[in-house]
Amino acid sequence: MSQRQAQRADKSQRRQGVPWGRWGLRVSALSYLALILIIPLLVVFQDGLSEGLRGLWSEITRPVAWAALMLTLRTSAVMVIINTVMGTLTAYVLVRYEFPGKSLLNALVDLPLAIPTLVTGVMLVILYGPQEPLGAWLERALGLRVIFASPGIVLALLFVTFPFVVRAVQPVLLSLDRSVEDAAASLGAGPWTIFRRVTLPPLLLPLTSGALLSFARAVGEFGAIIVVAGNIPLRSQTAAVYVWGEVESENRFGASAVSVALMVIAFSLILAVDLIQSRRQGEDRT
Amino acid sequence: MTPRPSLASARPVARPRRWLRRALVAVVLLYVGVLIVAPLAGLLHGALADGLGAALATFRDPQVQRAFGLTLRISLPVVVVQAVFGTAVAWMLVRDNFPGKRLINGLIDLPFAVSPVVVGYMLLLLFGRQGLLAPVLQALDIQVAFAVPGMVLATLFVTLPFMIRELAPILKAFGIQQEQAAATLGANGWTTFWRITLPALRWGFVYGITLTLARALGEFGAVLVIGGGIQGRTETATLYVYRALDERQYVSAYSAALALGAFSLLLVLGTEFLRRREEKKR
Repeated sequence: MSQRQAQRADKSQRRQGVPWGRWGLRVSALSYLALILIIPLLVVFQDGLSEGLRGLWSEITRPVAWAALMLTLRTSAVMVIINTVMGTLTAYVLVRYEFPGKSLLNALVDLPLAIPTLVTGVMLVILYGPQEPLGAWLERALGLRVIFASPGIVLALLFVTFPFVVRAVQPVLLSLDRSVEDAAASLGAGPWTIFRRVTLPPLLLPLTSGALLSFARAVGEFGAIIVVAGNIPLRSQTAAVYVWGEVESENRFGASAVSVALMVIAFSLILAVDLIQSRRQGEDRT
Repeated sequence: MTPRPSLASARPVARPRRWLRRALVAVVLLYVGVLIVAPLAGLLHGALADGLGAALATFRDPQVQRAFGLTLRISLPVVVVQAVFGTAVAWMLVRDNFPGKRLINGLIDLPFAVSPVVVGYMLLLLFGRQGLLAPVLQALDIQVAFAVPGMVLATLFVTLPFMIRELAPILKAFGIQQEQAAATLGANGWTTFWRITLPALRWGFVYGITLTLARALGEFGAVLVIGGGIQGRTETATLYVYRALDERQYVSAYSAALALGAFSLLLVLGTEFLRRREEKKR
């Protein structure tokens, strides 16, 4: 190639705007992310670690903060168990069975994504509040207190995270080859054995990623919980509500420390989901 | 697909018994009924407890009007900014390559999991009275915390993933062949983007905008912390609901909550309706 040709090729490439456009977009996209996402995240970590790891740990393990974190993890864990079972069942029923109201049910699954979480909390208080008929009856007849207690928190979390497991499992279930189940049945396996040994194994990865995602979402939940559980330290105060209390009372280090703990949990869960999803994509390729 | 007569005849064997099927459907319907439908019905009942007139009277209250107005004033700029920069970020994630791209890709999902309270608190650490940027902001006489700009920033953080996660897969599936074809026919980068890429992303925008708007309208924790919920100044619709609940103005609280929920719901259902119509057309 002569030098002039090379120059022309270079020029035409520049005319297409490739280097300029690419660099411009890259810089603007990255600075947007830095401004909105990364700098705020770093500031909290910097503040939380300002007294070293030991200072951070002793702040997190103070009784009220620790109780709030444990309540958050406990209620989220209960939610994940129920949500995984019921979410898988809902997806199964939606994919495999025909029944009246099926499309309505399918639409209802996404509803929690559209409803503001504060409104979720309000709805649960209307239903289960101690002055409401149902709430009063539950407390009198079963001794079950829902509002301002952990059952209310679990209910709120279940509502908010309902779509995650269903929508993670549904497409995979839809793509399964049912002739394998037929083969198992013709070999004499019962419905439960077929589900456990044939249908469930390929669902495990999407199920886990849905469950982790709902856990991650639950750990940070605030709007629904502040209404349902109130703000009673050591009893119904979750970690997010605790952070809010510390911000209100201008206890900066307390707020930063528990924020860092919440973010570390969120980070690791999102990372795990990311790993599972890239593993699934790897499986698809083979 | 090849016909498989032998398997087709074997099919009925594999289907669980009818009672089991019915029991499973009943369990799911009961669960969704208790978890989702009953609370919705409760809200409707609570808002209309004193009749439709009392519920509607809520929206004649100037406080309520101001709160809903502020929610819109925050949400609309957020949607616009997210549409513009979301496109840029999605494009970068799909078409560009640089070290650290994987990390960036993972970070984008983080706002799904970070607590809204923490989001508000982060911005307070930056822009608050004793925040890192306080001297700069004071010198320039800009108020971010306890004002609308801070609330917009908080909502931007919270809604960051939606647009990008809608656009990126479409951009990836669309490929670059049509763009290359346009370029060989003499279109410059901008024309190609405007005439080829953008129309292909149409549905991604529709979904992305819907999800972003629904999330922005309903945001509570982040705007509470950074905005402070000052009545008449930084009180959004959700913050109004919270205060009305606190002040035991139940019908107003429930009516405003119902309006918020119904609006978000209509938004999402409307998009779903549009999508179905588009699918039928094809």
